[in-house]
Amino acid sequence: MAHGPSQNFFSRWLFSTNHKDIGTLYLWFSFAMFLLGGFFAMVIRAELFQPGMQLIKPEFFVQMTTMHGLVMVFGAIMPAFVGLANWMIPMMIGAPDMALPRMNNLSFWILPFAFTMLTATLFMEGGGPNFGWTFYAPLSTTYAPDTVNYFIFGVHMMGASSIMGSINIIATVMNMRAPGMTYMKMPLFVWTWVITAFLLVAVMPVLAGAVTMMLMDINFGTSFFDAAGGGDPVLFQHVFWFFGHPEVYIIILPAFGVVSQIIPTFSRKPLFGYSSMVYATASIAFLSFIVWAHHMFTVGMPIAGELYFMYATMLIAVPTGVKVFNWITTMYKGALTFETPMLFSIAFVILFTFGGFTGMMLSIAAADTQYHDTYFVVAHFHYVMVAGAVFSGTAAVYYWLPKWCGRMYDETMGKVQFWIAFIAFNITFMPQHFLGLAGMPRRYSDYGLQFADWNMVSSIGAFLYGGAQLLFLYNVIRTIGWGKPIDDPQVWEGAVGLEWTVPTPAPFHTFSTPPVVK
Amino acid sequence: MSSEGSYYVPEQSKLPLAAATGMGVMGYGAASWVIDGGTSTIFLIGSLIMAVVMYRWWSLVIEENTQGIVSDQLKHSYVLGMYWFIFSELMFFVCFFGSLFYVRVLVGPWLGGEAAIGLFDDTATDAAIANATHLWPGYDATWPPLVTPDQVATLAANPNATEFQFKGPEHAMSFPGWSFSQLLGWLPLWNTIVLLTSSGTVHIAHHALKEGNRKKFVTWLGLTVLLGVIFLFLQAEEYIHAYQELGLTLESGIYGTTFFLLTGFHGAHVTLGTIMLFIAFLRGAKGQFTDKDHFGFEMAAWYWHFVDVIWIGLFLIVYVLG
Repeated sequence: MAHGPSQNFFSRWLFSTNHKDIGTLYLWFSFAMFLLGGFFAMVIRAELFQPGMQLIKPEFFVQMTTMHGLVMVFGAIMPAFVGLANWMIPMMIGAPDMALPRMNNLSFWILPFAFTMLTATLFMEGGGPNFGWTFYAPLSTTYAPDTVNYFIFGVHMMGASSIMGSINIIATVMNMRAPGMTYMKMPLFVWTWVITAFLLVAVMPVLAGAVTMMLMDINFGTSFFDAAGGGDPVLFQHVFWFFGHPEVYIIILPAFGVVSQIIPTFSRKPLFGYSSMVYATASIAFLSFIVWAHHMFTVGMPIAGELYFMYATMLIAVPTGVKVFNWITTMYKGALTFETPMLFSIAFVILFTFGGFTGMMLSIAAADTQYHDTYFVVAHFHYVMVAGAVFSGTAAVYYWLPKWCGRMYDETMGKVQFWIAFIAFNITFMPQHFLGLAGMPRRYSDYGLQFADWNMVSSIGAFLYGGAQLLFLYNVIRTIGWGKPIDDPQVWEGAVGLEWTVPTPAPFHTFSTPPVVK
Repeated sequence: MSSEGSYYVPEQSKLPLAAATGMGVMGYGAASWVIDGGTSTIFLIGSLIMAVVMYRWWSLVIEENTQGIVSDQLKHSYVLGMYWFIFSELMFFVCFFGSLFYVRVLVGPWLGGEAAIGLFDDTATDAAIANATHLWPGYDATWPPLVTPDQVATLAANPNATEFQFKGPEHAMSFPGWSFSQLLGWLPLWNTIVLLTSSGTVHIAHHALKEGNRKKFVTWLGLTVLLGVIFLFLQAEEYIHAYQELGLTLESGIYGTTFFLLTGFHGAHVTLGTIMLFIAFLRGAKGQFTDKDHFGFEMAAWYWHFVDVIWIGLFLIVYVLG
């Protein structure tokens, strides 16, 4: 345990039991998936640049939209936050490592196998998954290509990885806190992650159940999703969204945690309303289990169901409002500076709130019959997924990268990247609200002439946004290789917490002897 | 163990990567196997890799424990890991129980044309009527459903039809009635008795172990394993009976679907639990457990109680109320 990393490159990265190395693996893997999913997005936007079919066939277009969603959700965003959890949770709670280090490495290595298999389906006979990332039956059962079976087992593997990863995080937080690190002293990033881990353990098995039912319906003659046998395709949607709605909070809660670390640092003030943040996070997690059918307002539900899911969904705005209020109040009268992580965090607060508002619009069942399955929905969830989760992930990398590698990133380049990303993001997705309200359906490879202008604007924004990510990659590599060395443990003037008490760069093993928290 | 810290952080290990490889080969193998014309070879190779890795991995953990490098804190991590693993298993069953509830309580009546469907009440009636009269004319939902909507609709169009996409079972697994002789011949009741008894025997074994009475421990644990095997044998008998005499198969509509998936996944978990207890039995016979340190056995016992609780749910919902 006192040893440093293995000198052999392969054994260091393949057989690791070190939370920092495994965290690094997760982060690089997720960035690779982010580029892959981004490439799919570029294909989609290139085809939608003009009306008519120019570059690809409609059959391939739907494979692109499906794979874009799957790769971004399961391959890019979720592993990115697991990587951050691996790096930061043990350092934040004063633990020597994750509770179960070997299982930690297993959770990671499942992912490359699962995603290789999933991506390989694009080159197989019948093509890749073409039923949307929500894989509604019967599109994903009766009418699916044979390769859906690879998708099913790929999802099983990702689920196993997520469950093991979450169990590890739960065990670490419950069992490995340093003496004196009571629950209500834990940094908010740790809190949001442990709540996320509970969500994952609860809903990943339900996703496994959903794909198992698909597998049985496709190959073994059962009739879960076939009304001819007494089943119901709508059952699929219920099961899927029982997983799927908590899943969107699984993605956003760790992002809340990151922002709750960064804003106090650059405001040089403690987080406003710490305990209300904890309770708000827990409330959001609880509510996420009882609102799933708001994704299905147009499917045909009893009126009582429509009303219940509408009001329950609106309730989520209460704890979310508490969080937004606290972030803003933390900044109020603070000594603010605007380093790159802070810029991304402020953009997060503004744009995520905007995405939350469109979410409120969508929660109104009667109005949703108009918005449903249009670009309005696409714009809504990209405001929370991209400006929410991806912006906060980027902020986290800039914020902690100096601590990880002992070198400072190029601040100017970071700010340039931020402004390109911020502007390009809005150019891409703001017009999609207008397209959606005007009636353009999502997942179509072609559209009427009246949608042409805004689609072209959106595509230009998307290419710019993609370019900003290459700048991000360059800045990170440049920092690791040639950044200005720093050795101040605290890195940022206003930073508070155990992770800022260890040397910079963080040594291979930290807190082999637990620190005492007063 | 390091002299600096009290928590054992293991050295680098090849096992996780090997396990992930095994899982990858299994996943790929399973998918290519179910696709028409596929074979099981790759899947079996993957399973073999997994079996070897799991054996090596658990041997290593046991070895570490014997060397005394596993602190109480690390043991607590294992305990938490097992708790939340069992919770995730529970959620898997919740998914299937929830689906059964949905199809039984809501879908059946809707397919039969009950009014409470659709977005608004006035259109709902139209939708329901359209559903009932155009899609599945004459379908009247009952539980257990002995005919499928497809069967009813096909027969309505052609009374002489014999080919259906989904054909309902000839008989269901339902409750035979309260008379003593009927209950005596009812297999699920025996299965319940066997499994409940096994939960008791494993509890006695646990107490014997805490008292330090190894002989008693091994005897009662062996009895538990035997009861697990008897349960699986009875379950297999029931499936044969269902397939050969009741005309109840995976393909007999939603009843067969939910019946076999729920009891089948439970059976798979009983199999796993029995294997875990059997390994604990072998280790117990070798004297690897002490009155203070027997986490491997406790883990298997918790799992066994969990499987038992799921069975109670199955017995009440699938059999008695079925």
